[in-house]
Amino acid sequence: MIKRIILPVLLSLILHSCAEKNKPADAATDPGKEVYMKYCLACHQMDGSGVPGLYPPIRKTDWVEGDKTRLIGLLINGQQGVIIVNGKKYQGDMPSHQYLTDEQVAQVLTYIRSNYGNLADPVKPDEVAAVRNQSANPR
Amino acid sequence: MMKSYNLILVISLMILTSCNRALKTTNLIPDPDNGGLTLPKGFKALVVAENLGRGRHIAVSENGDVYLALEELHNNHGIAALRDTNQDGRADIRAYFGNLPGTGLQIHKGYLYFAHDTCVIRYKLATSALLPDTAPETIVFGFTRQYQHSSKTIAFDNAGNLYVNVGAPSNSCQQNDRTPASRGIDPCPILEEYGGIWRFRDDVLNQTQKKDGHRFATGLRNCVAIDWNTTVNNLYVVQHGRDQLNQLFPEYYTDSDNAGLPAEEFFMLQDGDDCGWPYCYYDDQMNLKVLAPEYGGNGEMTERCAEKKDPIMAFPAHIAPNDLLFYTGSQFPKHYSNGSFIAFHGSWNRTPMNQEGFYVAFVPFNNTLPSGKWEIFANGFAGMETVNNPGDAIHRPTGLAFGTDGSLYISDSVIGTIWRIFYQ
Repeated sequence: MIKRIILPVLLSLILHSCAEKNKPADAATDPGKEVYMKYCLACHQMDGSGVPGLYPPIRKTDWVEGDKTRLIGLLINGQQGVIIVNGKKYQGDMPSHQYLTDEQVAQVLTYIRSNYGNLADPVKPDEVAAVRNQSANPR
Repeated sequence: MMKSYNLILVISLMILTSCNRALKTTNLIPDPDNGGLTLPKGFKALVVAENLGRGRHIAVSENGDVYLALEELHNNHGIAALRDTNQDGRADIRAYFGNLPGTGLQIHKGYLYFAHDTCVIRYKLATSALLPDTAPETIVFGFTRQYQHSSKTIAFDNAGNLYVNVGAPSNSCQQNDRTPASRGIDPCPILEEYGGIWRFRDDVLNQTQKKDGHRFATGLRNCVAIDWNTTVNNLYVVQHGRDQLNQLFPEYYTDSDNAGLPAEEFFMLQDGDDCGWPYCYYDDQMNLKVLAPEYGGNGEMTERCAEKKDPIMAFPAHIAPNDLLFYTGSQFPKHYSNGSFIAFHGSWNRTPMNQEGFYVAFVPFNNTLPSGKWEIFANGFAGMETVNNPGDAIHRPTGLAFGTDGSLYISDSVIGTIWRIFYQ
């Protein structure tokens, strides 16, 4: 029983240290990567470089590493129109991902903030909930 | 007497120089590496210019001047203009004009027609100057601003009509665009204003889509590649098929299914045609138009799709046909006469598989239909064997045009390179 717990913990620790070296984690053990592979990969690509002119990169950009509230809002509400990322213009639509749970949003944002060359702190589910509630009840 | 003699001499010289500029292909010296391209035997290439800005469609005037529409303004200008003054094929003069970015660009009846996302304007070409010397005229204005498939592209028939591609601001007309399991709106209201080809007059100013536009064909998601075939007098387009079957409906489609579906479709259009988007897509393994999962399909059902227009040819999924050009020049071997070149910009929606496309294809034609299989004509744009991420490609072919000497010009959307391909 204990073995069953220890092994995944050990594995995730090892993988986490890999992740810190900017090597994307294994989807089987990183729930954030699993969400990424399912919902984000098509547009933002395997290496997070996006699609020129359409979908912006998620690597080394203030949009990802910077203000968490803005990033959470972007994922939950989507974004339409031109967005400038690292000095380049992108205009593909980002659909709303409000159907993801607070947990999933936190996982995937934590994942992208600590991979693809990014080194920012994790996002917690209650931070997601706060932004979601604010979006639902605009002042 | 002396004066008129001089005048004749000057005019003759002018004619000779302009002939020289346009026709002397045999003297062109190709780049040692053909500009990085691989071409069929006997074809050579040179780089006309590079670093012009992110290029879209391209046009070549009778005297050999080259114009390139830009996706983004360059020093506040949206069109690049190039002139080769010493007949070596490479541009010596480059200039920019216009204050809007755009995609569609074609020379027609002495005018340079240019399509911005919300309008079509035209510039009268100057007699000898590279840049137009008069203000542009507005042919069509007021297309609704859209943020998806917004590029307007154009073609002209021989009867005074202008055809404009109005792409759909949607992937598949879902209630929530690009959202897993979201159903399609039925009927799709987007088709009233988008997702088709609209016809206008080519010389009437200030037309609008609502008042003057005729919806010539519908059910077309986005046809950046559009051309009028002057040999058979008919409009042809190549469609960007829908994305993300695997992501939106994983119960029916694997990643590998999505990498192969749906085919990019090549259509020969008649007035009133309905090509099926968003209700249907084309499966080129089954040679069938099948019902989209948003409308109750499971990858096999056809239902209403049986009545939709079939393509004349299908290409691999997601490779993004960005321009179509029927070859009526006389420079290339007979195999190419009246056939069509198609610029495939290259895919992004094949992940997690590698990306495909990034080449210019050729389709041989006999009369109105393809007479053989499609073939890759020019390749090597991406600068690498396997493209994993679309952003890795160093060039992506986007626009096509031919010069009066029959050379083929190709533009690039990454840094704005223009190649000239000729047969020696």
